[in-house]
Amino acid sequence: MAIKPKPNELLSGINYKPPLKQWMDEPVEFKKGYYCYGAKPKNLEYIGFPNGREWNSSEQDWKLVDNWKEIFLEGMENLLKKFRSFRLFMDICVRCGACADKCHFFIGTGDPKNMPVLRAELLRSIYRRYFTVAGKLGKIAGARDLTEDVFKEIWYYYYQCTECRRCSVFCPYGIDQAEITMMGRELINLLGCCTDWISGPLANCYRTGNHLGLQPHTIKSNFDYMLDDLEEHTGVRVEPTFNRKGAEILFVTPSADFFAEPGVFTCMGYLLLFHYLGLDYTWSTYASEGGNFGLFTSNEMMKRLNSKIYAESKRLGVKWILGGECGHMWRVLHQYMDTMNGPADHLEAPVSPITGTRFDNAKSTRMVHIAEFTADLIKNGKLKFDPSRNDNLNVTFHDSCNTSRGMGIFEEPRYIINSVCNHFHEMPDNTIRENTFCCGSGSGLNAGEIEELRMLGGLPRAHAVKYVKEKHGVNMLSCICAIDRAVLPPMIDYWMPDVGVCGVHELVGNALIIPGEKERENNLRGEPLPGMEEKGEEE
Amino acid sequence: MGMIFSLVAVIFLAAIAFMGAKLNLFGLFGVAIPYLAVLVFIAGFIRKVIKWGQSPVPFHIPTTCGQQKSLPWIKQSKLDNPSTTLGIIGRMALEVLLFRSLFRNLKTHRTDGGPVYGSNKWLWLGGLAFHVTFFVVFIRHLRFFTEPVPAWVNTLDVVDGFVQVGVPHMLITGVVLLAAATYLLLRRIFNPQVKYISLPADYFPLFLIIGIAVSGILMRYFIKVDIIKVKELTMGLATFKTTVPDGIGGIFFIHLFLISVLFAYFPFSKLMHLGGVFMSPTRNLANNSREVRHINPWNPKVKLHTYEEYEDEFREVMKSEGLPVEKE
Amino acid sequence: MRIGLLLSEKKHEIAKTWFDLIVETYPQDTANFLKTQKNRFGNPVGFTISEGIDAILGELSGELDLARVSPYLDNIIRIRAIQDFTPSQAVGFIFLLKKVIWEALASEIRKNQLFDELLVIESQIDQLANVSFDMYIACREKIYKLRANELRNRTSRILKMSNMFKDTEAEEKDTAGF
Repeated sequence: MAIKPKPNELLSGINYKPPLKQWMDEPVEFKKGYYCYGAKPKNLEYIGFPNGREWNSSEQDWKLVDNWKEIFLEGMENLLKKFRSFRLFMDICVRCGACADKCHFFIGTGDPKNMPVLRAELLRSIYRRYFTVAGKLGKIAGARDLTEDVFKEIWYYYYQCTECRRCSVFCPYGIDQAEITMMGRELINLLGCCTDWISGPLANCYRTGNHLGLQPHTIKSNFDYMLDDLEEHTGVRVEPTFNRKGAEILFVTPSADFFAEPGVFTCMGYLLLFHYLGLDYTWSTYASEGGNFGLFTSNEMMKRLNSKIYAESKRLGVKWILGGECGHMWRVLHQYMDTMNGPADHLEAPVSPITGTRFDNAKSTRMVHIAEFTADLIKNGKLKFDPSRNDNLNVTFHDSCNTSRGMGIFEEPRYIINSVCNHFHEMPDNTIRENTFCCGSGSGLNAGEIEELRMLGGLPRAHAVKYVKEKHGVNMLSCICAIDRAVLPPMIDYWMPDVGVCGVHELVGNALIIPGEKERENNLRGEPLPGMEEKGEEE
Repeated sequence: MGMIFSLVAVIFLAAIAFMGAKLNLFGLFGVAIPYLAVLVFIAGFIRKVIKWGQSPVPFHIPTTCGQQKSLPWIKQSKLDNPSTTLGIIGRMALEVLLFRSLFRNLKTHRTDGGPVYGSNKWLWLGGLAFHVTFFVVFIRHLRFFTEPVPAWVNTLDVVDGFVQVGVPHMLITGVVLLAAATYLLLRRIFNPQVKYISLPADYFPLFLIIGIAVSGILMRYFIKVDIIKVKELTMGLATFKTTVPDGIGGIFFIHLFLISVLFAYFPFSKLMHLGGVFMSPTRNLANNSREVRHINPWNPKVKLHTYEEYEDEFREVMKSEGLPVEKE
Repeated sequence: MRIGLLLSEKKHEIAKTWFDLIVETYPQDTANFLKTQKNRFGNPVGFTISEGIDAILGELSGELDLARVSPYLDNIIRIRAIQDFTPSQAVGFIFLLKKVIWEALASEIRKNQLFDELLVIESQIDQLANVSFDMYIACREKIYKLRANELRNRTSRILKMSNMFKDTEAEEKDTAGF
């Protein structure tokens, strides 16, 4: 039968790879859209990081310093001495595989080196080789030499981990790949191989206090612009203060909330809430960033950036600090800040000035999560809502990795959402709360050049959203994380358009009834409220 | 490749023991090596734990798997996200005794509505069966090292033999141990994910333990050895009055030698998870880091960008927008 | 069509072979995980492919309705468009179906002289491939658009404030978060 072409010939472009080898024998292949650009020397220099240079992560020659290997191994020894977690996690993994299919990057890409256990083994093989007796036996002991290719492999896969800790939930010994990734990235930073997307915001944040490098006057005028919008939608003129000494509370939120959409709408929610309460609080331009890219760079950098919050609270003489909606920001505030930059003796144990509730769970760090603060207000009947203003929304809630697995804030945001919305539906059980799936872009991976990787990493989350969209007609994905608000819109847009993304306090701002407000026709986004659509058209 | 290597290694070890018995090296295989192995085990175990202990826990990093303690009217998940010492004891007990985290294991199923992440308990069941029976078998062996044998050890034997099959009664734990170890091995061979991540260091202890279980079962039911003489030898080991009775049978020395290898190998291997699980900072810390300050013993001094430096750089623009400044 | 009947009779076998062939277009490591029967649905990628296959085969054995089959095809393409395939690799999996169908039905087709009908089926497959290519391009365009929008959205307020893109204000609305 000559009429049939061999169909395989139609796919001549496809390489059929050789049969499955051991993973150590499989050299790393850098896929386009899966890895970031390298850090620019000027940014590294500004924050005093070593070995900055002009280099390109897609080229063969990374221009590593001559003694890079010694630096790496010395750094590793240093970290092993400093972190019990690191040494322990290098030693006790039994490779049971419970973590393997829990990683959103493995689920999305199918790349076996994205199994958390194997991502850890990339570094463990080096640990065995240079820091254990048995490792001298080489491959049979699971050890291998540190070569430039091995280093690149570590780099490639340690920037394909969002430090979401989902694997850690399922590990029988609590081995946390986030912790191992942090160690790996500390080593990477010793060699000046940070990514451009992380090092830029680091330098900006160090200098100006926020990731985008906004100078104080820009922040101020940007707020004024936002306040105009807010007045237009609500008829209320809100007048926040900046760098004001003697305020009772300092408010810190990720800077994305005041210059990126849809974060600004969440910010409007905060502003309305505080205005309504008559809260004695101030913003700071010096500590204008809650987020902290140091968390996924090095513990020292994390401390340096975080120090601004306590320093500013001391300078301004506030009593305690309130923190906005953010994921990795709260991991730092909850688990690191007090240890790194405390004790916060200049502050007082936080007490809500409205309800008198003492936040005992924050009595040492003296910083309260806004969801805790608002949930307490609602419980005490201090807020009046018109939930029907959110009736055009069918809401679900995305638990952010860091606040879920590094804090455990589950009920507070749900309580708030259920108080301000009439339509709320949970995503499937094993994709929320401590089992939540990452947005796919955390830990400094929200760079544009890895859009493909991020979309694949977000696939499990997208599937869960799709499920509630089809089943319950969900059209709004709410969250308490600024990275989520930045990266979920494009991710959702790619996989299943027509689901929006918002912060929880945007919903609060929509529903909050404020004395003196005009009859609201628009929500905070300037879109007509349910029942007001026609009116909007007439105008 | 790792699997074959490990299998060959264990067979080789068994052969060595068998040859040793044939050559009447009872003193070496019955006394010297077991003592040495236990010594290596104890010293190695302690050394490793000290090594871990020497590295501090700089940050408070529990993995929280439930609702935090916050407002009094919100129900805290006290075991999955404990904030007190009692809660930690509870969490660790669940983890160590019942493998709480493995119990969470999920697997994707296909449904008409899309993929669903459903529960998958096989690994949990296999792992738990393996560890529990291993522990019971270990305890049961106390009767070789005590005289008179404590009543509770005898009771354990009776309970263990409740099925009352065969003579002597089949002990269910031994069979389950072998079955569970085999399951864990087959999993490594047939589950492609687990196969891909498996190293020789994963197959070797499994083959070793399977070898120990098989030789033990053979000895008890099939290739009988002189149990009186065995006890004479083991009591000698326990009381440091070593004797080397003649004619125990090669299978016993295989059993004992493989156990010795396991003991000696233990501290240098992943088996140290026995000690490590108790020290894991993501599990054994209370989630109270905002309530009680955690101290980092090496809290580094770092270069900061102070407010003064910030204001110096931006004073003019701050003034132009009416933002308060420290220095005019 | 008699060939339609044959197709639905052998649907299961054809689906399995096609699935395996598609999975083999992935790097070996990945393919091994996607392919194993036990793990076949162990991830959204495998799930989406197998769901799509079922839908497409269902359509081919009856009247091909592109509107009905498009969403499934789109799900597969949407994944392959961001998986480091060349365009021909990304959509080429459709043509594999020709091979699968021929191998499964060759003897029946010969016996019953169903070449005319085979030609119909094959042109339907070509149609699917055509549509797939459009989908692929749309996905890639989407990625580039998202990339550009993201950059803009991150600083959208500041840009808006400085009236830098007053003209595109209307266009921006549909990408600003909804």
